[in-house]
Amino acid sequence: MVNIQLPDASLVKEYVAGNEDALAKLIKRHESKIYGFIYSKIPDRDITNDIFQDTFIKVIKTLKSNSYNEEGKFLPWVMRISHNLVVDHYRKTKKMPMFRETEEFSIFSIMSDDSLTIENKIIADQVQMDLQKLIEELPPDQKEVLIMRMYQDMSFKEISESTGVSINTALGRMRYALMNLRKVIDKHQIVLTN
Amino acid sequence: MAKTYSKKSLVSQTMKPSKETISFLLGYSKALSIIKIDNKSFEIISN
Repeated sequence: MVNIQLPDASLVKEYVAGNEDALAKLIKRHESKIYGFIYSKIPDRDITNDIFQDTFIKVIKTLKSNSYNEEGKFLPWVMRISHNLVVDHYRKTKKMPMFRETEEFSIFSIMSDDSLTIENKIIADQVQMDLQKLIEELPPDQKEVLIMRMYQDMSFKEISESTGVSINTALGRMRYALMNLRKVIDKHQIVLTN
Repeated sequence: MAKTYSKKSLVSQTMKPSKETISFLLGYSKALSIIKIDNKSFEIISN
């Protein structure tokens, strides 16, 4: 029995005309070439199946919307689509690298949550409040320099210009402010750690 | 010479998409119809 093989162009025409079997024939004819091509770029069967599927979804949509220009180049056209999807895949994975959890590797060994827990946040707020109360007790000139340096992030040059004293005086006031704070903290045994 | 070049590739036999992928594609193709109205195209998937 002679097995006559219709050319791709005829099968495409039949498919566009509504013969669904023509698509099955086209897929059967080229599946290993296309699948093999994708697999050669991405050696993962699951991803290769996904890209193969996406390739033919594009093919089906293009053919059904009559946007395909047949020039006897069905296979190169499909290969081009799958090539573009492979490129897209690598772009996506580059932006979002995927880690798979294995016995030797746990994702949590490289991931950590640096944000404070509710308890730690309450403690941090309490420490801030205690510190502010202590600062309020400092002599005005020392308090002024400490607030400018620590809370307004000003340099000592800027502080000296702003307060009208020399840099050395500003530095001295800061030193006394810190010494006085330490004294009060030691005296009352205040714990200012989280 | 002709024999050498007409030998069937052994690799291609294993390089095939899963049956599920193929049946999904054939089902999707049967269910999909695209209608063009003016410049807009509408995709309809029937159950």
